[in-house]
Amino acid sequence: MRRQLQYLREYKKESMIAPLFKMLEACFELIVPLIMANIIDIGIGSQDKGYIMRMGGVLVLLGVVGLACSLTAQYFAAKAAMGFGTALRNSLYAHISRFSYQELDKVGMPTLITRMTSDVNQVQTGVNIVLRLFLRSPFIVAGAVIMAFTIQAKIGIIFLLSVPAIGAVVFGIIHVTIPLYKKAQGTLDQIARITRENLIGVRVIRAFRGQEKEIKAFQKTNENLYETQVHVGAISSLMNPLTYILVNLAIILVIYVGGLEVEKGSLTTGDVYALVNYMTQILLALIAMANLITSVTKATASSIRLDEVFNLEPGMKEGSHDFSEMSAEDGPKIEFDHVSFAYGNSEEEALSEITFEARAGQTIGIIGGTGAGKSTLVNLIPRFYDATKGSIKINGCEVKEYTYSSLREMIGVVPQKAVLFRGTIRENMRWGKKDATDEEIMEALRIAQAEEFVMAKPGQLDEMISAGGKNLSGGQRQRLTIARALVAKPEILILDDSASALDYATDAALRKALRDLPFAMTVLIVSQRAASIMHADQIIVLEDGGMAGIGTHEQLLDTCETYQEICMSQLSKEEVRMHA
Amino acid sequence: MPSKHKTVSRVMGLIKPYMHYFILSLLCAAVNVALTLYAPILIGNAIDCMIGKGQVDMALVVEIILKLGIIVLFTSLSQWVMSQCINKITYHTVKDIRMQAFNKIENLPLKYIDSKRHGDIMSRIITDVDQFSDGLLMGFSQLFTGIITIVGTIGFMISINGKIAAAVILLTPVSLFVAAFIAKHTYEFFRAQSVTRGEMTSFVEEMVGNQKVVQAFSMEERAKEQFAVINENLRVCSIKATFFSSLTNPCTRFVNGLVYTSVGIIGAFFALRGAISVGQLTSFLSYANQYTKPFNEISGVVTELQNAIACAGRVFDIIDEEPQKADVSDAISFKSVSGEVSLQNVSFSYLKERPLITDLNLDVKKGQRIAIVGPTGCGKTTLINLLMRFYDVDGGDIQIDGSSIYHVKRDSLREQIGMVLQETWLKTGTIHDNIAYGKANATEEEIISAAKAAHAHSFIKRLPAGYDTVITEDGGNLSAGQKQLLCIARVMLDLPPILILDEATSSIDTRTELMVQKAFEKMMEGRTSFIVAHRLSTIKEADLILVMKDGHIIEQGRHEELLEKGGFYANLYNSQFAVS
Repeated sequence: MRRQLQYLREYKKESMIAPLFKMLEACFELIVPLIMANIIDIGIGSQDKGYIMRMGGVLVLLGVVGLACSLTAQYFAAKAAMGFGTALRNSLYAHISRFSYQELDKVGMPTLITRMTSDVNQVQTGVNIVLRLFLRSPFIVAGAVIMAFTIQAKIGIIFLLSVPAIGAVVFGIIHVTIPLYKKAQGTLDQIARITRENLIGVRVIRAFRGQEKEIKAFQKTNENLYETQVHVGAISSLMNPLTYILVNLAIILVIYVGGLEVEKGSLTTGDVYALVNYMTQILLALIAMANLITSVTKATASSIRLDEVFNLEPGMKEGSHDFSEMSAEDGPKIEFDHVSFAYGNSEEEALSEITFEARAGQTIGIIGGTGAGKSTLVNLIPRFYDATKGSIKINGCEVKEYTYSSLREMIGVVPQKAVLFRGTIRENMRWGKKDATDEEIMEALRIAQAEEFVMAKPGQLDEMISAGGKNLSGGQRQRLTIARALVAKPEILILDDSASALDYATDAALRKALRDLPFAMTVLIVSQRAASIMHADQIIVLEDGGMAGIGTHEQLLDTCETYQEICMSQLSKEEVRMHA
Repeated sequence: MPSKHKTVSRVMGLIKPYMHYFILSLLCAAVNVALTLYAPILIGNAIDCMIGKGQVDMALVVEIILKLGIIVLFTSLSQWVMSQCINKITYHTVKDIRMQAFNKIENLPLKYIDSKRHGDIMSRIITDVDQFSDGLLMGFSQLFTGIITIVGTIGFMISINGKIAAAVILLTPVSLFVAAFIAKHTYEFFRAQSVTRGEMTSFVEEMVGNQKVVQAFSMEERAKEQFAVINENLRVCSIKATFFSSLTNPCTRFVNGLVYTSVGIIGAFFALRGAISVGQLTSFLSYANQYTKPFNEISGVVTELQNAIACAGRVFDIIDEEPQKADVSDAISFKSVSGEVSLQNVSFSYLKERPLITDLNLDVKKGQRIAIVGPTGCGKTTLINLLMRFYDVDGGDIQIDGSSIYHVKRDSLREQIGMVLQETWLKTGTIHDNIAYGKANATEEEIISAAKAAHAHSFIKRLPAGYDTVITEDGGNLSAGQKQLLCIARVMLDLPPILILDEATSSIDTRTELMVQKAFEKMMEGRTSFIVAHRLSTIKEADLILVMKDGHIIEQGRHEELLEKGGFYANLYNSQFAVS
């Protein structure tokens, strides 16, 4: 949390002024009862109309000054808190940008999104409230007690005793109810879960005639929620009546003792009035503070969640050399030498002892089941992850030596999930190359078999893509992501199972177009379909993270059992041999 | 969207069963307000007993404060009872409305669920109902007491002194005007803020959610710059919104101060003339202090209530949705079905203006295998939808063993058909419960033998808690293949005579895939099966292939026949293998 508060430093002035003015306002508020007491004692007591008017004027003046103070405080608090939130968000965003895939996997995108949005908002609101109000309430409470003492010490003691009593009730109830509210929230989450499950699984539920059962389960959870809500409601609604009783008991005491003191002549009627008034102010201040505590608790929880993200340091160091101009003349393009990799702290290796070489212009197929390590293997090339053992070289140079951008600009990646961004098709294509011309874009679209449908769109390259590319079909999205990677004419192209949504014909046409490229490109195709990779120059067969075989289709059919198994399960006998 | 008026009366209808609570809470509110307002008078009376040194009527003071004590007790009691009643009404109503909505979900036609975003339905049942509940709680607890307090205060003030009361009432509009003015401006700023915040959220969702792609294209810097721009906009908007919204309190407090001062001055002059006593003046001041509070609260409550009504309206939208057509009154139940399926002149479309299936005829004999093939998105699932009666045909008839499925109870129809979809859906719960989903009374042995038949037993045994392992939402702790095997086991438990199977295209490792295939094979023995096929081996062994394109069945026949025909299927088949 301390680390986050540094973003307030830039607003040091604002965050001092805000509480200060808030306290000034509270001061004026505390003076009001005294003046009113004087009006009663002096004004009415000595029939001084002028005094009453003058004091009335003072009250109005106090009001105006109080308002001015309050506005000043609010303004500076808002400025400081929002500035703080903005700085916090910027730095969090920058921090997330530095994460490698390793950290991104660990935290998970949905979590990062909520931290970035609602958690930061929560902390920001917390700061605003603290700046504005947190000093005010204790100040009023303390002030009222002190005022009571200045009027008369004996009565001050009544105050001194009742404040902790009221405080104990207020904070005791909060203390008891916060976990109960959490429990209610947990039950509500269950309700949400059941509802979501029933929407997603509607076909299965109906196929298995599970509606009645689901309704019963929902009913039970719903009933639970009701019980918890009523329970917590019963406790928290004790707050007002109990504090009301306590404050009034104190007032009764004040009146009784006050009456005795007035009789003795050591107090005036106005004083008694002022004392009663202070007691009411204390109650209001304590209740305001109780509400604050809830928001501050929330803000603290959010702040802890943010710290978790901040404390996560990217595990990779960027290389310093910019090799973008360099290119290997004859050596291998990509070289894996005894590469092993394990995710996070996992002891089990997701990849072990991978060794192969790819020459410029070659097509490499990578096949194997889920969890075999196919995506992991290709993710090591643009250094999304660092290999735990072994070395990976591109153009004869360790990937760790490159700067991220010089390394990744050499490589076009088409990820498994076809992600496009809001904006026109042209803008999306320029992700690959900032200043790509329309000709370059069209060429890439042609290779990716996307030209036809893009040209058929009313806006063509200016056609808007909505967030996530929802206005396109799965196959169209995939072809656009392939085109996006091709725009920059990368030296290396990685297709990570990225033709799965394409029909056979399009898939085949795409592979043909990639083979007939006018420029040399090393292509790595990850696939589950034997048909997609069987014509590759080299096929790497992965099983449980290890290499089960490497070679051409024909070689593997003769030597690699796993490969045979895959082919047999997907193709008929003639087909397997037909191409062998 | 039902009219607001109608929604309100619906809400009233929901509350009706809890009318006794409602009346009791109203009674308590009235008692509570009356007593709350009486207390200042008593305090005033007590102060009136203290005129000065040696002039205090202590006996009377004690009598008054005893009375005060009793009144305070009853005030608190009535307040607590009132909150209890309100809690019960609110949470009962909320429970009922949620139950109704969920019941409706289980009975909605698939058409509705498929066409609506699930997030939208979810937010209606969760968030909207929650807001509705907050609105009701606040509305009941503050609206009534607020109104009664205002009326009561005015009444009491008039009873003490009509002229001072008139002054207070004259000042009322000022407070209302100020509050309304601020509310109006705040609303505008808040809207601007929420628009910007929405922009920020969607940016974060897009960029952070796809951080991996952003990194793959080295777009971190550019994204950071874009983010900073939105963030800065948000800062400016937020400062305005926060500042203006925080004006309400100080401003109304200021107006309150004005009222207080006026009462003080006018009251003091009256006291000078002896028109009121000092004690009465203090009662007046205490009223003036709390008089404006309910006004502020009521304006807040009104917006809150409006919001609650709007939320309720959205939930009612779901509740009022047309349910699926009930089973016809003379619907029969299947006894045992042999598995003959025939489609006669079936026509169907999801959208009226885009006819999909027209005049489809199909005769499937007992035990035949039908493979449905075609490019992705061609409508292969439409047939499943029709057979399972997830959707109803527009024209023609579907018959099983010679009886129209529209004259059979839905549940009985679905009992005859086993379904394994590609999107594996499992419930949060144990593996045991998931397998037994369709047959709650299944014995342990039955479950294990179903799991064995589905080749799932061995991996289940290896799980930490075996069959009692709890599957998290979306089955996150299982691989895709394992989930598929569980779905098969679920059907295996009670194998019906007709099967609908959807072959998974990807994301299953080869070993598991072989098991899935074997399990499928076992299931299909002697059963009529419809398979959405991706594997050529499945397709070639089918008794009938339905080739679909754009929702139409364009060809049908056996593999050889279709190849000979040289149509779309032949093209599709050849394109996959005829490369270069």
